Amino acid sequence: MNTLFDKIWDAHVVSLIEDGPTQLYIDRLYCHEVTSPQAFDGLRGRGIKCLRPQQIFCMPDHNTPTHDQDKPIEDPVSKAQVDALARNAAEFGLTHYGMMSPDNGIIHVVGPEKGLSLPGMTIVCGDSHTSTHGAMGAVAFGIGTSEVEMVLASQCILQQKPKSMSIRIEGTPGPGVTAKDIALYLMMKLTTSGATGYFVEYRGSAVRALSMEGRLTLCNLSIEMGARGGFVAPDETTFAYLKGREYAPKGEAWDKAVAYWRTLRSGEDAVFDRELVFDAADIRPMITYGTNPGMGMPVDGTIPTDAAPKALAYMDFKAGQQLLGHPVDYVFLGACTNGRIEDFRAFASLVKGRRKAENVTAWLVPGSWAVKRQIEEEGLDRVLAQAGFEVRQPGCSACLAMNDDKIPAGKYAVSTSNRNFEGRQGPGSRTLLASPLTAAAAAVTGVVTDPRTLL
Amino acid sequence: MKQKFDIIESTCVPLPLENVDTDQIIPARFLKATTRDEKFFGDNLFRDWRYAADGTPKADFVLNDPRYGGCILVAGKNFGSGSSREHAAWAIAGYGFRVVISSFFADIHKNNELNNFVLPVVVSEAFLQELFESIAADPAMKVRVDVPGQTVTNLATGRSERFEINGYKKYCLTHALDDIDYLLEQKDKIEAFERARA
Repeated sequence: MNTLFDKIWDAHVVSLIEDGPTQLYIDRLYCHEVTSPQAFDGLRGRGIKCLRPQQIFCMPDHNTPTHDQDKPIEDPVSKAQVDALARNAAEFGLTHYGMMSPDNGIIHVVGPEKGLSLPGMTIVCGDSHTSTHGAMGAVAFGIGTSEVEMVLASQCILQQKPKSMSIRIEGTPGPGVTAKDIALYLMMKLTTSGATGYFVEYRGSAVRALSMEGRLTLCNLSIEMGARGGFVAPDETTFAYLKGREYAPKGEAWDKAVAYWRTLRSGEDAVFDRELVFDAADIRPMITYGTNPGMGMPVDGTIPTDAAPKALAYMDFKAGQQLLGHPVDYVFLGACTNGRIEDFRAFASLVKGRRKAENVTAWLVPGSWAVKRQIEEEGLDRVLAQAGFEVRQPGCSACLAMNDDKIPAGKYAVSTSNRNFEGRQGPGSRTLLASPLTAAAAAVTGVVTDPRTLL
Repeated sequence: MKQKFDIIESTCVPLPLENVDTDQIIPARFLKATTRDEKFFGDNLFRDWRYAADGTPKADFVLNDPRYGGCILVAGKNFGSGSSREHAAWAIAGYGFRVVISSFFADIHKNNELNNFVLPVVVSEAFLQELFESIAADPAMKVRVDVPGQTVTNLATGRSERFEINGYKKYCLTHALDDIDYLLEQKDKIEAFERARA
């Protein structure tokens, strides 16, 4: 009761269906190429248009190659899907940031950086990592394609109201601990289903101290604990980030918006369905050893003795084993989890003056063209080039093996993405999820390395 | 596919694994289709557990085991976690399953099943484990799912449980109506909501 989640949710209730779900109004719908074509087909089948086309933004990201984007996509099936989104956006009158548009990138990177995702909004997309936008102080969650069709048609969705959870993280994390490590720690503690049925509000001094990029990473991973979404109440950090962005309010409208956004916080008397508290000082740099994101441990730890045998067999690890020193074949920096400017700064700061290990193939993929431009403005591309790293073109890349960037069977990848499921990065691929710093440490040493030893 | 639910009685396919994620139900490389071709997705259900890289069926996977069949999939807890891909529900429906029984479903996938007229039935862990034992003892045993009565019964042991489904969704499933049909009738309410907050 009286949580920020209640406030935002309740302000969007169009109607309550008796003994049924809530009809919830949606401020922003994002569409990417993978989960939308069948929804547009549905509209055509019913002979209807979008109710509010100006609230819907489309961009391809999953299939886009991370090189030579000025040339046609080589894979004809990927090309067909990317082309279908462009066609559908044109037919239904929706804004579309196509490949090679200076506005293109991963949908969950572009939305916040263009000021499209704002505090107090309801935001959905046919993508579980829509939870990312919660960092702006919004109620944002992933939906299926039928639900995309609902929003295209009516700007509403039918949903059961989730329960609310408070995750409070107090104190100061130690050196080398990033927002990614905090999230991997939470998943280790809660498991991948620990927050299923809940919407999470992240609170506490360690959360307040995070930059917007850090909050985006933390909220991005809410779904990996099973939560439908997670968010951080907006504050001065949020307002400073948003001010001047393309779609953020301007002038008087800005002042009015900020005044409203300042009211968006849980009441002192707020009652959550579940409350958890963690001490940031307990968190060390993290890495995963198994085949779901909850199978994590401190990078200098040992694999739990009760780890799932099926997962260990797939990863070719043994219970009780240390991962420090284990050879690494690939390093991936990017994805909607860690493809932002701060992630590239962190990676570059660690590899500066060092060299990429010979045995490592590294893919550094900015989350958007805007991130890539900023990397160049800050000269990070030169730092990275001197250390033997190339910055590629934006897209989802090696996160999910829908484009050319796939990890071969049996190979180990230290990856800043969000999922280590079997085959996620390519059939037979073995994923070790970690932060940009831990990924950088692996990239320059060629083995799993505690980044604190290189700071 | 829209279809009416009443009472379903069927043999079961057991998948006694926990945390089955949607990447396993349908790997990402099969998400490039731009149509809702349920047969295509059904043919690739559990693709990498079901087939070797060269396309040969893996004999030890349950979908390739001739002893098991029917329109009820029985899975370990936290079924459908991870990616929101509705293709996972299309694959389950396309293979021919109408009901999935588990002790716990991931939120998005559960909605996706319902939106595709596949019924997720949540049972207690004890009911689930007994069901796995019954199927192991006799693959020909049947389960009855009574949607109007909201009960699921292990016909080998007679054990029965009530399952939850809200009145609205039950009406939709038993009358083959979907949420979009409903929402399209709500335009006045939506416009009134927009005017009120402008």
